[in-house]
Amino acid sequence: MKILVCISHVPDTTSKINFTDNDSKFDTNGVQYVINPNDEFGLTRAMWFKEKQGASVDVVNVGGAETEPTLRKALAIGADAAIRVNTEATDGYAVAKQLAKVVKDGGYDLVIAGRESIDYNGGMVPGMLASMTGANFVTNCIALDIEGTNAKAVREIDGGKETVSTSLPLVIGGQKGLVEESDLRIPNMRGIMMARKKPLTVLEPVDAKAETKAVSFEKPAPKGAVKLVDADNIDELVNLLHNEAKVI
Amino acid sequence: MSVLVYTESEKGKFKKAAFEVVSYAKAIADKMGSDVTAIAINANAPESLGNYGASKVLNVSDSSLDVFNAKKYAAAIETAAKKENASVVVIGSSADSRYLAPLLAVGLEAGYVSNVVDTPSNLSPFTVKRTAFTNKAFANTEIHTDIKIVGLSNNSFGLVETGGSATVEDFSPAIPDSGVRVESVDKATDKVTIADAEVVVSGGRGLKGPENWGLIEDLAEVLGAATACSKPVSDLGWRPHSEHVGQTGKPVASNLYIAIGISGAIQHLAGINSSKVKVVINTDPEAPFFKAADYGIVGDAFEVVPKLTEKLRTFKAQNA
Repeated sequence: MKILVCISHVPDTTSKINFTDNDSKFDTNGVQYVINPNDEFGLTRAMWFKEKQGASVDVVNVGGAETEPTLRKALAIGADAAIRVNTEATDGYAVAKQLAKVVKDGGYDLVIAGRESIDYNGGMVPGMLASMTGANFVTNCIALDIEGTNAKAVREIDGGKETVSTSLPLVIGGQKGLVEESDLRIPNMRGIMMARKKPLTVLEPVDAKAETKAVSFEKPAPKGAVKLVDADNIDELVNLLHNEAKVI
Repeated sequence: MSVLVYTESEKGKFKKAAFEVVSYAKAIADKMGSDVTAIAINANAPESLGNYGASKVLNVSDSSLDVFNAKKYAAAIETAAKKENASVVVIGSSADSRYLAPLLAVGLEAGYVSNVVDTPSNLSPFTVKRTAFTNKAFANTEIHTDIKIVGLSNNSFGLVETGGSATVEDFSPAIPDSGVRVESVDKATDKVTIADAEVVVSGGRGLKGPENWGLIEDLAEVLGAATACSKPVSDLGWRPHSEHVGQTGKPVASNLYIAIGISGAIQHLAGINSSKVKVVINTDPEAPFFKAADYGIVGDAFEVVPKLTEKLRTFKAQNA
């Protein structure tokens, strides 16, 4: 089985979010980048397939050279080879177009992407990629088993979950549950050394025009101070929620 | 040139979010000088959408669509959008709508923007405000394609009754086969989901163990709220993943969010930031959540929460 894991290069979850150039660009100053958490759950599940069932695992990112340390980290975790499509990730559609070319050329059976990136939260790349490549698609996936070309997946739905059966070729939008937090791997020294020697191929992009553009950013208005209510005066909280906040 | 809106139902009954997306679609249509057509799939009383501004409802009755399937539903909506010559398609933000949206976008060659929180600030270029960086910021986003798909964030627009009426037209789009088959659904039918809830009651590690969750459930029951939890609680296995809210869990955009025994890590606050009113109950006055909350009680959850539940029960009884 040939597996491709899509890796988004995103600010660490603790990052302070700021903007520059008249609030038109994300301020990368002082920001640590990591593998998108939703992608990392998928990568870890892919490693399980590689080790238990036999599979090759490639990772791919659409972005500039600054994203290569994130791809190297994925290699250190255990992926076999990395691909970087050398173009700015302008919107979900343009990224999906680039990935579709990589998927078709590479003949991948299973593509695992995160259900969404934690920076732009578009949640559209896996579905668009599936649609463009004609693959089956399951998102919000919290469990995945493959037997031959048959797959069984569990999708988180509002208020519960559903179990589906499908088949390869398949695109998965993954998240926590695909593996547990405790299954995530921290690269060890041997992994890091090996990752340096693994192939990282840089591909030139295909023509793909973005359909959407974030033209400016705003931060939420600063909040007023919290109104503290005495623990012995809970009637006051009920009163505030009813008469002031009008939410009950 | 019309606005098409996909209205979700559950077992035939429209979700509240369906009325919200119709209200929102009507606001866009008014700006454009156009009308709203809704598509409803196996829903009862489709004409009720008229009260929120739909002038026409394409009513699909097809037993092969009884169970949600993203590809089949996307195909039905795509056919409707083409038939109506829609230039804007509005959908909601449920797990199902988010699942079908990218498929619909490719099918219609339409630009899709999710997590939208307001009506378009401009029609040309078509510009909408959406949340980004997991609610830590907003992005004003242009859509450059002929057809635009807008995914409205729950509870961000509200319901607007127009008192209008809609004509109902039977609609039978061709439905393709799908390579994904639902084998079983495991869902608590008597509970409000986090996505649909107006009020969410959430518990953290301060509750000390899963055996104490009755506190959260009792309060939630009185408020008709959904229950949720922080990441450590789901990682410890005290509560299922599906209740984890925050940056790597579910986003919450309720009208009222009550956090009990949750300190307020930046990732948690990001996930719940879209909630309108936040209440925190925590023993530690230094907990970061107090900086993000509107109302707070410094106190022991085991003493405060049962009292609050009783007071609310009395309040609800008096105001029913």
